[in-house]
Amino acid sequence: MKWARIAAIVLLAVISIACLGAELFAPASYAHQFRDVPDAAPSRQHVLGTDALGRDRFSRVLYGTRVSLLLAPSAALLSSLLAAFIGGTAGFIGGWLERCVMAATDLFLSLPWLFLLITVRALLPLNVAPMTSVMITFALLGCLGWAAAARVVCADARSLAQSDFVLLARASGNGGLRLLWRHIFPNLKTVLYAQFWISIPVFILTEANLGILGLGVAEPLPSWGSLLRELESFSSFSAQPWQFVPLVLLIVVVSCFHLALSREEFSV
Amino acid sequence: MRRHLIGLVLSVAIILCAATAIAQSGGQLRFCLHSEPKTMNPVLTADDSSETVRYLTGGVLVRLNRLTQQLEPELATSWRVGAGGKTISFKLRSGVHFSDGTPFSAEDVAYTVLQLMDPGMHSPTGDSFRSGEGKTLMQVTGKDQVLITFPAPVVGLDKLFDQVAIMSAKSPQKEMAVLGPYYVAENKAGSYLLLKRNPNYWKRDASGRQLPYVDSVRLDIQENRDIEMLRLTRGEIDFINALDAEYFDKLAAQAPGMAYDAGVSLDAEQMWFNQVANSRLPAYKKAWFTSVNFRRAISGSINREDLARVVFRGHARPAVSWVSPANKFWFNTKLQPHPFDQKAALQTLAQDGFRLESGKLKDRDGHLVEFSVITNAGNKYRERMATMMQQDLAGIGIRLNVVTLDFPSLIERITRTFDYEACLLGLMNNDLDPNSQMNVWLSSSETHQWNPSEKTPATAWEAEIDKLMRAQASTLDMNKRKQAIDRVQEIVWQEEPFIYLVNKNAMAAVSSALHNAHPVVLRPQVYWNVEQLTLDTEVAKKR
Amino acid sequence: MHRLARQVAKISIILLLGGFLGATLVRFAPGFGVDEEDLDHRLNQQSMQALRESRASESLGAFYFHYLTRILHGDLGTSRTLQQPVRKLLAERIPETLKSVALGLTLGWTLGLALAIAAVMSRNWCVDLFGSLLAGALLCLPAAALAILFVIARAPGQLVLGLIVFPKIFRYARNLLAHSAALPHVLTARAKGVGSVRVFLWHILPVSAPQLLALAGVSVSMAFAAAIPVEALCDLPGIGQLAWKAALGRDLELLVTLTMIVTAVTLVANSASDLAGSSLRTREA
Repeated sequence: MKWARIAAIVLLAVISIACLGAELFAPASYAHQFRDVPDAAPSRQHVLGTDALGRDRFSRVLYGTRVSLLLAPSAALLSSLLAAFIGGTAGFIGGWLERCVMAATDLFLSLPWLFLLITVRALLPLNVAPMTSVMITFALLGCLGWAAAARVVCADARSLAQSDFVLLARASGNGGLRLLWRHIFPNLKTVLYAQFWISIPVFILTEANLGILGLGVAEPLPSWGSLLRELESFSSFSAQPWQFVPLVLLIVVVSCFHLALSREEFSV
Repeated sequence: MRRHLIGLVLSVAIILCAATAIAQSGGQLRFCLHSEPKTMNPVLTADDSSETVRYLTGGVLVRLNRLTQQLEPELATSWRVGAGGKTISFKLRSGVHFSDGTPFSAEDVAYTVLQLMDPGMHSPTGDSFRSGEGKTLMQVTGKDQVLITFPAPVVGLDKLFDQVAIMSAKSPQKEMAVLGPYYVAENKAGSYLLLKRNPNYWKRDASGRQLPYVDSVRLDIQENRDIEMLRLTRGEIDFINALDAEYFDKLAAQAPGMAYDAGVSLDAEQMWFNQVANSRLPAYKKAWFTSVNFRRAISGSINREDLARVVFRGHARPAVSWVSPANKFWFNTKLQPHPFDQKAALQTLAQDGFRLESGKLKDRDGHLVEFSVITNAGNKYRERMATMMQQDLAGIGIRLNVVTLDFPSLIERITRTFDYEACLLGLMNNDLDPNSQMNVWLSSSETHQWNPSEKTPATAWEAEIDKLMRAQASTLDMNKRKQAIDRVQEIVWQEEPFIYLVNKNAMAAVSSALHNAHPVVLRPQVYWNVEQLTLDTEVAKKR
Repeated sequence: MHRLARQVAKISIILLLGGFLGATLVRFAPGFGVDEEDLDHRLNQQSMQALRESRASESLGAFYFHYLTRILHGDLGTSRTLQQPVRKLLAERIPETLKSVALGLTLGWTLGLALAIAAVMSRNWCVDLFGSLLAGALLCLPAAALAILFVIARAPGQLVLGLIVFPKIFRYARNLLAHSAALPHVLTARAKGVGSVRVFLWHILPVSAPQLLALAGVSVSMAFAAAIPVEALCDLPGIGQLAWKAALGRDLELLVTLTMIVTAVTLVANSASDLAGSSLRTREA
């Protein structure tokens, strides 16, 4: 499976270079509307056709990849780190602290955070730059997306805290923070990788749906989420298969992340 | 022998007619509501879904024929408007009963009007009648005669009764006892409503058969338009009352006979700037938005033809003013849509000291011209219009930020906090008479969107509009009213408090299994003649 | 027994806190207290003012106090947006959501766990890759697109929930099981010739059980969260659809009740998994 991992890393690198060099590779601006050819099929001028406003889809995919490929993994990393810290610490320490933290986590999972997001939109100025809006959106998603993983991490940390090698480490004189940092956190990787891998597409899709609150990417800046929204229509399942390119790209990137990260598991 | 032959032929003919008649009856009509009806009380109806139920179940005194746009007698056989529009008397049809058997009489009309005009009810329909302070008086002058006197003249008084479903004063079922073709038999919350034929419905067809032809109507609650469309193509529902442009084209390609475009509707899409004096906008932006040159320039920089062609796939046309061209009598034919001319727009802006510098527009104090437009999220046509306007305005160096908001947040901004710069919304117009938009044009009104509840008109032209709207509401002379409304349209066209963008077409989809449907521009577009609709025999049998 | 009583007390306190915090979020969110009526140009000024006044609400503390007092009498209030008693709405819709969530979780866990076990026990990278690609593809597909596919295929919309939950179950379960399968005692068992089934049931599963139980608890709240868009998209008349309508209408009464229901379900599910996990650990000890 080494070849698969290498292939995944190479593919990720190619996609990253392509989207970072979007100004070079894109045949048109992502915002320019070719109003004479809306919803056009692929052609020499428009490799992936055009969208409903006549914007070149290939250009929008390139620029949208740049936004989502940078921000979604960052948000996923943030939520994973928060889950690791909160769940890991609670599970390791145990006792009343664990019970309190897990109760708070359960509460966190149940609250209607939609209203916090609406409130954040209300507090932001209307003329905020699209890039700022999308960064705030992903940051919020990162801050709100840790709770489910934290529970699983906590259970994992609890098991680890009672395992033999940790007992040995304690007997060797290792204290709380050192034990946590050197022995517990590294062994939480399995759950954290899962959390990270799941969060990327979930955050991308959530970002698209947050458009309904005025958050997310503002026009004309594209993102994978906004491109995937084209699929949310019955009409897209008829005669326009090129609309599926962003979906295929997202699946490819998510799979590449999985292959690139999960090296130990393929030795099973 | 000959006699026998004639008899045989006649019998066959009668049997055939009877068979046809039987085939034209029965079955279940199915279509979708996009939300759950909020109320079954016809007096309190405000949302679309409740209005649908009211139309299908409510019996009215007079009915506006949506095809001919003429008023026709219903529960009233005749009526007379008098005292300059202050009074209306009805002669009622006799021998009519509510769905539960309770007899219908003038008392029920009096009861309904009293409910409607009760200030505590805050009925939108009732407020349409309220042209002045004072009590509405009812006089029952016989079992079948009623005289209603309003405190002030009401323009288009008789037509307004098309919206008034008569309720029973005596029935224990209260508003559930109805006089319309159907009654509500079942209401499964969030799922569907089942309406069954009113066994006591008074209307009959030319051959004397009791209407409606279809036995029942099932209204499925379906918010998702894609799924609604899919269900139509599968034959699970019989029509879509209001079809979007995108779906129209798809359907027209698949099944051309099913897609109907009745032409331009009464609805408009419009944008306006926040001109509220005490809003939190910086002073320089307030100066921009209150400048007629600025508004005209923005209007002239928007390519309405492209909006109609690209966003609405050609199923719309550039709008002119607040009265749609579909409203043939009231539309001011001297006015034309503002042409797309960015050069002229820049010249207009130059009059106010705006100038282009390195492709960016600045005002006389050097502020970059940038503003946001809010619109309701989830409406892809408005989102696309806003995005197209973004490119158009970039052509004159203006940066437009498109912000989509959930509807309650948007409503709060435009009606309470006034924390917005520009807004893109649509106006749904159900009434041909422009007097129904009185509260949009009166400067003191809460729904005078760009600057609500003005204590005194902020500008001379708003004062003139106030005067003209009040004048047209106080006379029944149609020529005088037409002159006043024409002048209001002209003022609005010049001053552009609303920048009218497009008038959408009224489109519908009707299954081939449904007969006698004639989609029109006025709502309800397809089922306006629901009692005349029939289903194919096979479809009727299956349901 | 003592532990059970503590759990019940904990659940009750968190429930009350959840309701209050939910009410706070809704009450202070923009758009609270407005309605589409504010744009109805048929209404005159007096009606508009009167309707606004009727929507003006008491302070948050007062609202919550009255709300709790009413709950004690079994009165959950009236939904402002749907104009029906909240109790009636919930009674009609909870069974639909429970059915969707049960079906969804069954499908999600059956598929997810089965595929995870197959990937780990077969030690075949093809199976693992297949599972990962399938899970990845489903994670990337928007719920609306999935819902439309199901409608086109005339499949029950409730199963969409299963496909939304499955990738997460698969991913976590696969990683947990793979991690446990790589532990020294499992290698020893294999080397000693212990059969695959026995290795899985006696050596891999018990080690991963606490985490899997935690995942089970969390998957219930995942399923409830996923029920909202699925029910809204597929027009299934459950509490998910109700929650979405209530959120759009800022229906405080309904939202507070729904928040407390979701909190209760989350707490019960997670507490049950905690209890099961700790009794497993006690047994092992």
